[in-house]
Amino acid sequence: MNADVPEAPIGGGTESTPGTAALLQVRDLEVTFTTDAGPTVAVSGVSFDIHRGQTVAVVGESGSGKSTIAAAVLGLLPGNGRVTAGTVTLREQRLDTMSARRLQPLRGTVLGLVPQDPMTNLNPTATIGRQLIETLEDTGTASGAQAREAATELLTEAGIGQAQERLRAYPHQFSGGMRQRTLIAIGLSASPELLVADEPTSALDVTVQKVVLDRMEALTAARGTAVMLITHDLGLAAERASHVLVMYRGRLVESGPALELLTHPRHEYTKRLLAAAPSLASRRIQIAKQAGAEGAVEGADLLSATDGRDQHVTDAGAAPLIRVQNLRKVFPGAQRGLFGREPDVVAVDDVSFDMHRGSTVAIVGESGSGKSTVARMLLQLLEPTSGQVLLEGEPVQARSQREEIAFRRRVQPVFQDPYSSLDPLFTVFRTIEEPLRAHPFGSPKERAARVYELLDQVALPQSMARRYPAELSGGQRQRVAIARALALQPEIVVCDEAVSALDVIVQSQILHLLADLQERLGLTYLFISHDLAVVRQIADHTCVMEQGRIVEQGPTDVVFDSPAEAYTQRLLAAIPGRDLELAVPGS
Amino acid sequence: MTSTLPAAEPPSEPGAPPEPGGADGARSAKDSQHDGASLWQQALRRMRRNPIAIVGAVIVAAFVLVAVLAPWIAPYPAQATPGRDLIRPTLIPGPSAEFPLGLDRFGSDVLSQLIWGARASLIIGVVSTLLGLFGGVALGLLAGAFSGWVDTLAMRLVDLMLAIPSLLLAVSIAAIAGQNNSSIIIAIGVVQIPIFARLLRGSMLQQRNQDYVLAARSLGLTRGTVTMSHVLPNSLGPVIVQATLVLATAVIEAAALSFLGLGGGRPTEAEWGRMLTGAQAELALAPQLAILPGLCISITALGFTLLGESLREALDPRMRRRR
Amino acid sequence: MLRLIARRLALLIPTLFGLSILLFLWVRALPGGPARALLGERATDAAIAEINELYGFNRPLHEQYARYLGQLLQGNFGTSLTTRRPVLEEFSNRFPATLELTIWAILIAIVLGIGLGYLAARKHGSVLDSLAVVVSLLGVTVPVFFLAFILKYVFAVRLGWFASTGRQSSDIDATHYTNLYVLDGVLTGELDAAWDAILHLALPAIALASIPLAIIARMTRASVIEVQTSDYVRTAIAKGLRPTRVRNRVLLRNALLPVSTTIGLQVGLLLSGAVLTETVFSFPGIGGFLASAIYSADYPVLQGFIIIIAVVYALVNLAVDISYGLIDPRLRTR
Repeated sequence: MNADVPEAPIGGGTESTPGTAALLQVRDLEVTFTTDAGPTVAVSGVSFDIHRGQTVAVVGESGSGKSTIAAAVLGLLPGNGRVTAGTVTLREQRLDTMSARRLQPLRGTVLGLVPQDPMTNLNPTATIGRQLIETLEDTGTASGAQAREAATELLTEAGIGQAQERLRAYPHQFSGGMRQRTLIAIGLSASPELLVADEPTSALDVTVQKVVLDRMEALTAARGTAVMLITHDLGLAAERASHVLVMYRGRLVESGPALELLTHPRHEYTKRLLAAAPSLASRRIQIAKQAGAEGAVEGADLLSATDGRDQHVTDAGAAPLIRVQNLRKVFPGAQRGLFGREPDVVAVDDVSFDMHRGSTVAIVGESGSGKSTVARMLLQLLEPTSGQVLLEGEPVQARSQREEIAFRRRVQPVFQDPYSSLDPLFTVFRTIEEPLRAHPFGSPKERAARVYELLDQVALPQSMARRYPAELSGGQRQRVAIARALALQPEIVVCDEAVSALDVIVQSQILHLLADLQERLGLTYLFISHDLAVVRQIADHTCVMEQGRIVEQGPTDVVFDSPAEAYTQRLLAAIPGRDLELAVPGS
Repeated sequence: MTSTLPAAEPPSEPGAPPEPGGADGARSAKDSQHDGASLWQQALRRMRRNPIAIVGAVIVAAFVLVAVLAPWIAPYPAQATPGRDLIRPTLIPGPSAEFPLGLDRFGSDVLSQLIWGARASLIIGVVSTLLGLFGGVALGLLAGAFSGWVDTLAMRLVDLMLAIPSLLLAVSIAAIAGQNNSSIIIAIGVVQIPIFARLLRGSMLQQRNQDYVLAARSLGLTRGTVTMSHVLPNSLGPVIVQATLVLATAVIEAAALSFLGLGGGRPTEAEWGRMLTGAQAELALAPQLAILPGLCISITALGFTLLGESLREALDPRMRRRR
Repeated sequence: MLRLIARRLALLIPTLFGLSILLFLWVRALPGGPARALLGERATDAAIAEINELYGFNRPLHEQYARYLGQLLQGNFGTSLTTRRPVLEEFSNRFPATLELTIWAILIAIVLGIGLGYLAARKHGSVLDSLAVVVSLLGVTVPVFFLAFILKYVFAVRLGWFASTGRQSSDIDATHYTNLYVLDGVLTGELDAAWDAILHLALPAIALASIPLAIIARMTRASVIEVQTSDYVRTAIAKGLRPTRVRNRVLLRNALLPVSTTIGLQVGLLLSGAVLTETVFSFPGIGGFLASAIYSADYPVLQGFIIIIAVVYALVNLAVDISYGLIDPRLRTR
């Protein structure tokens, strides 16, 4: 389907019977931003419809223009952005040319918003109740004591208990999930006909994400509200929306009913996105296994060295390369007042696992589960309160400089944020060369040769060597970080959320690179992630952490196919697209 | 993922290097069309495009040029009083062909005095700023590199110095340093130490939590190496900006201290603050004697301030959008 | 909240203690030692020896310090060398004048600074915005005493609209209760006295206000611009709030919070500025007295005034912190 043809409205419009006008009609939309570098077209030639009661998802990577579309529909483009062509029509009224004054009465009542980041979208100096009640009052929905009652009801509906008391709370006293529920309650308080949900849950943990989305779905269904769902997750889009629009570099490249798009993608980009999305890949693995066609699982989806069956554990004779024994970390509570202290925080409690040479062990858990603390203790960047790490049966000693260096040569990290893991003042060359200088490695000439060899291994051109991190994309930076980690030829690489900050396709490329390097260099990985779908793809052995403890561990296949613990089951059920019917090649 | 303010994210950035695998969509920074430009080079490039920075730079350049070339361009020597015979108790001659900006109470040529005054201000500004910078960086480095009691002690000292209003602190220091020219320099410099120290420490604490510091430690580098080659260089940005702004403050404070009668020196010695002070008595008779040095101080301070502010902006492009 | 106050008060004690040590050592470090500082350059050796004996300057340092601290705690800050009166008395006599001056200055700075900063941010990129930028630049680049000179020359000497020196004209006989002259004039109904006080206060207050005005205008402008583009303001618009509510409840309240903290920090600047401004206008406050103490090397006055000013400064900052805690729910309900 070609988005350049404005006469053929695509998206939600395909289903409609001729004659009934869509609730929202976007035609040939073009949005231009004025930047320092001159005008930049962020979105062009986008046309679609959304009908009453329908949920339409707009999917794309960062910079694809999906949030710009949402802002244009809401009439909330930032000061330097303008609709430069096309129309946005809601209930047969042109929104794109409407003045702010005339648009205001429509807000809340006809056009609602659930914004992206729960941490920044609530007024920090007003109570939750105030923020709900003022919405109800200004939209003319309710006032006085009635508004108070309605606010309580809305919060309860959104899944917040003890709503009456919670009305008096301030946003900072709420968790992220509760704030997002509040934002949903606010967005729906005046029963809008169209709700724009801009990545409403991407800042939340998976289990919370699922609950919040379920709640939003139930509420909008009950009110007959149409939803425009903006998301980067194709699996989530397909699960929650009836129609999906795929955005790529400011253009609408494909659209259609969700299932059709998943099973018969037409555009090359959609195909790449489908192949890369970990949630879909893990679903494909699941389908293939259930069908008994394990051979059908393509290497592209399943990246672990042992296909997730963790052979080493069954090899009774093989001693583990690393054995983590009863690690525990207690952080002393923060000082309160002059003498008081807050209670100590047990971040990690009695964590033990083995890592076998050439395999990947994953630790998966939600934020605050203690998974990164385990990684830092294993890296000897944080001293355990008790417990120890054994490297080939010997307790790791990093007391003296010599011992520490010996250890560091064998164990190296790759961190999450590609923007902060490279020194902004170092060129790529100097970054990769630094470990070689620190652990004297040959002459300058030999070092240079090694740097270029490493660049080659992570598939970066040699011309990158002179660049600074600010001049690289996220994926390129992560490749540099991997090259630096590999410089000393370590045996173990600890990847702490190493792909979490990357867009899906780049993420998939880095995962493939990691798998490829593991095969070629015989590396052993400790892979820390909050994303079960990614873990499904890459890990041989999976440990599930909750509140500082490992609640379940075993071969990845076993943990994913027959989880024993309720928490693991909840986590698994929260992977978006869990029940989608996908085409598995060869089955 | 996507920012809520899409302005920051045009869909395809010209010059952004594509992902090697062919896919893109990963964010990449602006100004990437140039190969291998460091943070400082990029900042310089941004400043060259900023008219405010250029105005600041021109003022500063003119000031430095006049100060350095004073012996050659000043019509009369620093202490000369060529017009002393023209001064009457009720008459101080204004501009004339011989003395373009007129004479002062002692018969000195005002233009020459202003030119020599630039030289004095430059020396006071630069030396006191360097003093504050080095003292503050040393103290801040100590506090930022070691946590625990070293940090606590250093910060207590900083708190102590900040507990006294800056001018009074400078006065106290100048009183100890005695009635000479360097006492003003020492006073202004020492007053800046706690400000630099606090700034550097804050900046270092911020950098210390960055992943690249953890990565460097994981490479087996010693704490000292990590601090000196990673944490410190990355923390210096705000300190350099502050130093530029302090150059402005120093010129003003120097004038304030000599206005209060500190620093000694002969009344005919050319220094903007002293000229301004001397002119107080003749305000009704010859207001230009106060206005001219006052303007010189203000314009010089303005130059350094503009330069400092635009440097801050250039180092932190996020600031630009707020401007 | 109480915890915050307790902690801040607890932090104040070591600071003041350290300050007393510093100021004690300061007098000992003066060129020629404390005795010469008391007696002046031309004192004879015999006189110095006598003073040393009398004041115990030849005793061990720690003994001298204990004695000094004891005196401080009893409210004995020494005696002025020039007026021969207790330093504390000199301070309390002059404090109301400086208090009145700084109150007017800070009021001018707050009203004009916030107003200008807010309007500039709302009309981002307009002439008004440029004006705000220029004012905030001039405020920090034009020396306070130079501005005072200019104001005095133009509006008092040339135009004669305002008084050029002092606090009150000599021909006015006013009753004083609070020693804040404008307030006194209003309270007693002596409006001519109040007006006369205003004519004396206006120019020094404006000169003194210049720096905090510049800083407050700049902070307000930056803060309003930041909050204006914040996610929660966008959400407030999107959820259908009326524009007045968005402005008053959401924008202003959040934008002015950080501005209120800087106001406390201005007090130090105001005290520094008061020394200079009061000198230019011969205003009979602590600043002018300090300046003359510097001229005449009256060290007991300097020593005593600095420690009293530091206490006042610290208490003002404490009060600002506490009120900030009361306005900001994030601090209040922690």
